[in-house]
Amino acid sequence: MLEAGPHGTKPRRIVSPHNIMLYGFLIVAALYWLLPLYVMVVTSLKGMPEIRLGNIFAPPVEVTFAPWAKAWDSACTGLYCEGLKVGFWNSIRILVPSVVISIVIASVNGYALSFWRFKGSEVFFTILIFGAFIPYQVLIYPLVIILRELGLFSTLGGVILVHTIFGMPILTLLFRNYFASVPVELFKAARVDGAGFWRIFFQIMLPMSLPIFVVAIILQVTGIWNDFLFGVIYAGTRNFPMTVQLNNIVNSTQGVKEYNVNMAATLLTGALPLIVYFISGKLFVRGIAAGAVKG
Amino acid sequence: MSSVVINELSLNFGNVEVLKSLNLDVAEGEFLVLLGPSGCGKSTLLNCIAGLLDVSAGQVIINGINVTWEEPKDRGIGMVFQSYALYPQMTVEKNLSFGLRVAGLPRKEIRDRVDRAAEILQIGALLKRKPGALSGGQRQRVAIGRALVRDVDVFLFDEPLSNLDAKLRTDLRVELKRLHQRLGNTMIYVTHDQIEALTLADRIAIMKDGLIQQLDTPLGIYNRPENRFVAGFIGSPGMNFMQGLLECSDDQWQFSTEGLTMSLQDYQFTREPVQGTPVEFGIRPEHILIGDNAASQPIQSVIDIELIEPMGADTVVWSKLGGSSFTLRVDSEAVLSKDQSLPVGFSAARASIFSSADGLRV
Ligand SMILES: Nc1ncnc2c1ncn2[C@@H]1O[C@H](COP(=O)(O)OP(=O)(O)OP(=O)(O)O)[C@@H](O)[C@H]1O
Ligand SMILES: [Mg+2]
Repeated sequence: MLEAGPHGTKPRRIVSPHNIMLYGFLIVAALYWLLPLYVMVVTSLKGMPEIRLGNIFAPPVEVTFAPWAKAWDSACTGLYCEGLKVGFWNSIRILVPSVVISIVIASVNGYALSFWRFKGSEVFFTILIFGAFIPYQVLIYPLVIILRELGLFSTLGGVILVHTIFGMPILTLLFRNYFASVPVELFKAARVDGAGFWRIFFQIMLPMSLPIFVVAIILQVTGIWNDFLFGVIYAGTRNFPMTVQLNNIVNSTQGVKEYNVNMAATLLTGALPLIVYFISGKLFVRGIAAGAVKG
Repeated sequence: MSSVVINELSLNFGNVEVLKSLNLDVAEGEFLVLLGPSGCGKSTLLNCIAGLLDVSAGQVIINGINVTWEEPKDRGIGMVFQSYALYPQMTVEKNLSFGLRVAGLPRKEIRDRVDRAAEILQIGALLKRKPGALSGGQRQRVAIGRALVRDVDVFLFDEPLSNLDAKLRTDLRVELKRLHQRLGNTMIYVTHDQIEALTLADRIAIMKDGLIQQLDTPLGIYNRPENRFVAGFIGSPGMNFMQGLLECSDDQWQFSTEGLTMSLQDYQFTREPVQGTPVEFGIRPEHILIGDNAASQPIQSVIDIELIEPMGADTVVWSKLGGSSFTLRVDSEAVLSKDQSLPVGFSAARASIFSSADGLRV
């Protein structure tokens, strides 16, 4: 028999001051971020006459995809009028090798630094981490000289090398901390079983570190895709990434400003990181959290 | 023949000396337990034997081969860890066979060995599961199985049972003992559980501060501890100690402490006693008799009961004697009450006496 009074699950009030505050804030924040996006999408779907009416919040009366097509295919970036597609493929060609190379090296680094301590490995790690705090503007000019000496200045290889180098400290830190949370006895057991450096890495550590690889891939993909500075400086005109070409389209001084084309071009450039976030948001959070709990 | 020999082994972590020129000789087929307080270097010693730590000085010899510089896999050892250390992404079967696959054994041989280990440890039904889907006891079985399949001569266990609950620990302890009898391998087993040590071991090595204090059979350690540390460490509740002096009157050695003199007629001296040496007299709580039995003992006294702790099988009584705290272990049938005076008796034959100066047995 139950006595009178409270029993079972405590009822929750949906409309409480706490919830009003919380959801009020979330809604305002969401509007703040979504409004510009809305304006961009709407504008990119309008024709120029409609834009000249000046009502930026109004939905398009006549939906047209012409600005998107122009932005992709024939907008003028400086001297050439081939649209963003050139920049898109350049960005891909920079992105894929940079992401793969930097993550491969950093994961092996992090693994070696956690498990195969060698004399001076702590010092090596400290120096590497220190690298993360050097303002990279300081390194731009020395790197120009180094790349020129190597014959890599203004080449695809050059900009890939730069991205790999600058990604190294933070990625190594990420991987080292992840592997540091793996019980060392697991590593010892594998060594007793006769596995060596690479076998332990590939057969034991890799299968259990998928989340941290996802985190690293997201960090690198968005970081490198959004990069402008290194692309301008090191890639050379023929290899300009998408961000640089976007800038050239938007800031071109000839003729009328085609707002709809500019908006479409911007959305196209931002599409990849957006897609990455949407697909992997959950994995990302899980991966970040995985570093904090003991395996 | 000796299975594992350790010669003057030292190991430093930076400036910290963890093992100090340690010597140990383990016979073939022996079950040796390393017992000692936390941080005394038990795991470190085991890791040195396994080759997981580079020694600073000294040698490790396994089956007559000097393996000091060998890789862990080439030493003929298998190791079981406290945290199981199973590979989380592999099934039990893959966990068991990993070492064999690394060694490149033929498929058939691998299957046979895995099946045999699974049969011995009764984990056949679990082969397709991942470690995450096993209970603690099952995981530890798999971990033992991983050492078993490798057909090694020496098993190293680092506190394999201490993550398990009391009941399971007892069960697995018995199973381990059976396993040892069945396989006849040399086993070196680290624990800080005295019961495990006393029940499993052929010989126990008591360690402290990176040195072996005493290496002896369980009974030897229990009955004739070589120094004050070993005497105090083994036994629960611990041995009773009284500070006092060795004295000789009428050719009879006596131990005297405040207001109390005890005859040492039955005590077997290890060293020649010296008149007036300050010593500690130790007697185990379970060697003190009460009631009618007390009257027949050479040393007798009366104590006031301060506290009674019933433990089920027996009862522990707390009191004072000769200025020090004094516990005794009596049958739980005995009718006792607090503040009661209780005549007690014991014999110096079961006592241990240690020099206060160096802590060694007198
Ligand atoms: N990697 C290391 N670096 C520095 N000191 C260490 C390291 N590993 C262990 N030690 C020290 O060596 C000593 C012995 O450690 P060890 O792990 O062998 O103790 P233990 O006897 O196994 O203790 P427990 O019963 O708690 O497992 C400890 O004082 C510990 O602090
Ligand atoms: Mg230990």
